[in-house]
Amino acid sequence: MLWFAFLRLIGLLTTLLAASLVIFVVLEVIPGDPAEVMLGLNAQPDTLAALRAELGLNAPLSTRYVNWLLGMLRGEFGVSYTYSVPVSELIGERIQVSLPLATGALILSTVIAIPIGVYSARYHGKVIDTGIMSIAQIGIAIPNFWIAILLVYVFAIVLRVLPSGGFPGWDVSFFGSLQALLLPVIALALPQASILARVMRSALLDVLHEDYIRTARAKGLSNKATLWRHGVRNALIPVLTILGLQFSFLIAGTVIIENLFYLPGLGRLIFQGITQRDLIVVKSSVMLLVALTIFVTFLVDIAYAAIDPRLRRRA
Amino acid sequence: MTSVFSATDLCVSISGKPILRNVSFDLEQGKILGLVGESGSGKSMSALSAMQLLPEGAHQIGDLMFEGKNLTRATDTEMTHVRGKDISMVFQEPLTALNPTRTIGEQVAEGLRWHQGLTRKEAMDQTIDVLERVGLGLEYGLIDRFPHQLSGGQRQRVVIAIAIACKPKVLIADEPTTALDVTVQAQILTLLKDIVRKEQMAMLLISHDLAVVADMADTVAIMKDGVIVERGPTCELFDNLSHPYSKKLFEASNHVPVPRQEPVDEVTQPLLQVSNVLREYPLPRASIFTRRQWHRAVQHVSFHVAPRQSMGLVGESGCGKSTLARTILGLTPPNAGHIQFLGKDPYSVSRKDRQDLQLGIQAVFQDPYGSFDPRHTVERTVGEPLHLMRNELSRSQRKKRVHEVLESVGLSSADANKYPHEFSGGQRQRIAIARALVTNPSLIVADEPVSALDVSIRAQILDLFADLRDRLGMAYLFISHDLSVVQAITDRVIVMNAGRIVEEGPTGEVFSNPKHPYTRILVSAAPDLNEALRRRREKENKDTH
Repeated sequence: MLWFAFLRLIGLLTTLLAASLVIFVVLEVIPGDPAEVMLGLNAQPDTLAALRAELGLNAPLSTRYVNWLLGMLRGEFGVSYTYSVPVSELIGERIQVSLPLATGALILSTVIAIPIGVYSARYHGKVIDTGIMSIAQIGIAIPNFWIAILLVYVFAIVLRVLPSGGFPGWDVSFFGSLQALLLPVIALALPQASILARVMRSALLDVLHEDYIRTARAKGLSNKATLWRHGVRNALIPVLTILGLQFSFLIAGTVIIENLFYLPGLGRLIFQGITQRDLIVVKSSVMLLVALTIFVTFLVDIAYAAIDPRLRRRA
Repeated sequence: MTSVFSATDLCVSISGKPILRNVSFDLEQGKILGLVGESGSGKSMSALSAMQLLPEGAHQIGDLMFEGKNLTRATDTEMTHVRGKDISMVFQEPLTALNPTRTIGEQVAEGLRWHQGLTRKEAMDQTIDVLERVGLGLEYGLIDRFPHQLSGGQRQRVVIAIAIACKPKVLIADEPTTALDVTVQAQILTLLKDIVRKEQMAMLLISHDLAVVADMADTVAIMKDGVIVERGPTCELFDNLSHPYSKKLFEASNHVPVPRQEPVDEVTQPLLQVSNVLREYPLPRASIFTRRQWHRAVQHVSFHVAPRQSMGLVGESGCGKSTLARTILGLTPPNAGHIQFLGKDPYSVSRKDRQDLQLGIQAVFQDPYGSFDPRHTVERTVGEPLHLMRNELSRSQRKKRVHEVLESVGLSSADANKYPHEFSGGQRQRIAIARALVTNPSLIVADEPVSALDVSIRAQILDLFADLRDRLGMAYLFISHDLSVVQAITDRVIVMNAGRIVEEGPTGEVFSNPKHPYTRILVSAAPDLNEALRRRREKENKDTH
């Protein structure tokens, strides 16, 4: 198991290196001169030259790539062109919002989805199953921003128990920050939970047709005990796959929700970076997202192996 | 005689369709009742009914009496105290019957903990004893291993361990050895017999194999279409079979097709020559730093098949017989050695010549349904190999050829427009044979062609093979794990073990007087109906004197 994890870790680092090369090439080489791209068409020649020097664009390509990599290893991502602050600081601030947001939504959706999926599979074909799955279908169909608007209307405007937007910052008000994240977490979690519940249900239904479920029943285990002891664990593999994909999406794909709740998250930072042609911010954020996604995939792989011993050998 | 469990007038139907009709039987302490029948006869449903594990939507009436309780009226919660504790079941497929994500120890201990309220530690201690009872006592560390790390025979022993862990009074075994090799089957059957005698359980043994039942059971019941047609003490029953179906089944189990009329010409050039063939497969690497290991599936195998000869190839799973078949069919090139068919090596000739060779050598596989495209008509499926002839035939000629071969395998030309799902298992295997015949080949490689078929259908298909051999002068390479099948249809036989040929000779000679120790084990382990009955009579005579 440890050996398996070690091999996966080597694979992870290789993938990361390859990804960094692709990002570097795409952003620095293909669109031509990054300085020109950043300053737009009407830039003055001397401003261009100054920016080029500042970005280190006069060095050869390979040196720039190595410098960029080494810089990132030291935690230096460069200085944002639009904000004039180190990108590491910028991202550090934003991740304080995005990470709790994504993690919270993921945990909430799992907590909702797993029991519902299991319950639905247990009463497969009954009225309760059909009812739950129809609700889940609606949950998938409704966009999360609409749920967000609804939540804001109910909890912020009518009941006045939660803020409608903004983020005070963890050091300013811990409790206030939690409150600020609550509605966006719910808005993000509900559609994800709907997907997850359906996946859980169908995976479990597949497993319940396996011979070893019959063996467990023949041992004398009750329906419920069989379901939890032999069914759920074996059905978790597809669920984990979906969870991994959802986390990657939640960490940066939440621009609309962040905008709606005025949250200074990573999604908004990237969006602003793109619109203001701040390539340094974009490059660093993309690299960070790639690293996070690869890391989550790594965790999912380890979890697969923890669940299913047959996967441990195939490294 | 003490009856432990009795079923009376049991009727089961699933969505209105009757599955069991008035089935009655008694299970006695220390005795084995054998329930025999072909697929769809309702024998597995009888077992599931006894466990009260019928599929959803099943409706049952009748009585299942166990220790004064009628199980048909018990609730599921009440049944959880009976299942696994008093009545246990052993299933057919040992790989899928075990949860792949739990250790052997956990799975055996689970029943003990559930029924006896033991702690984890106590249950694990008892598990070691249980594993000893099924002959796994010496397998150090087995308790912490997972099902995929065990051999088929070990897995089936674990399945039995789960069933007998709580010392049940009734043990139901549904085809407990059907998925196993003959030598392993013999071991598992001996184990089951010992357990029943030693622990005085009552056992219901379900099997399609008359030889297995005759060897194991004290009384036998023969089932057809949900009805027990005949029953009695084993020897008496087989000596005076009265129901026409039982007679038919008995004959089919002993069936030998008409022997060859013309002798084989072994002097002229052989049809197929296999010389020193070696085939290896790469194993997954243990780590990226170690050297890759290779599995030698076929090791320096040489033999030849004469024209019109029927050659048998027997061996247990993993012995390399299917790999060898693929190499001969031109599907996987050998790593060393060579194949010559009609004097040419299919792996070194031009593409056109290879196609010509493929016309002369065709294959029939085990599972006919799996090897057909369900959306193709029979005509399209059967006519498909004709593309090897590069459009030499016109459309109407093709059609005529397909109709011809369908008729020669006992189907009608009207069947050409039907789809595979409209046929029974035996008819599908006829279609598969027709597909092999359509190019007019001189050699057919048949890989376990009758293993998936019921005995009565198996007899018909063997007759068809014999008929084609005499009528069309077909040569066969007949691959099977079942010695009786090979014995019935082949002239010569090769015995393979671990990738090597251990013995070769005329079929009758090899089986009656095996020279290699492995062949001897194989022959003595193979279930034989007459032999089993003879042994049983001898024993009964001894007991009465």
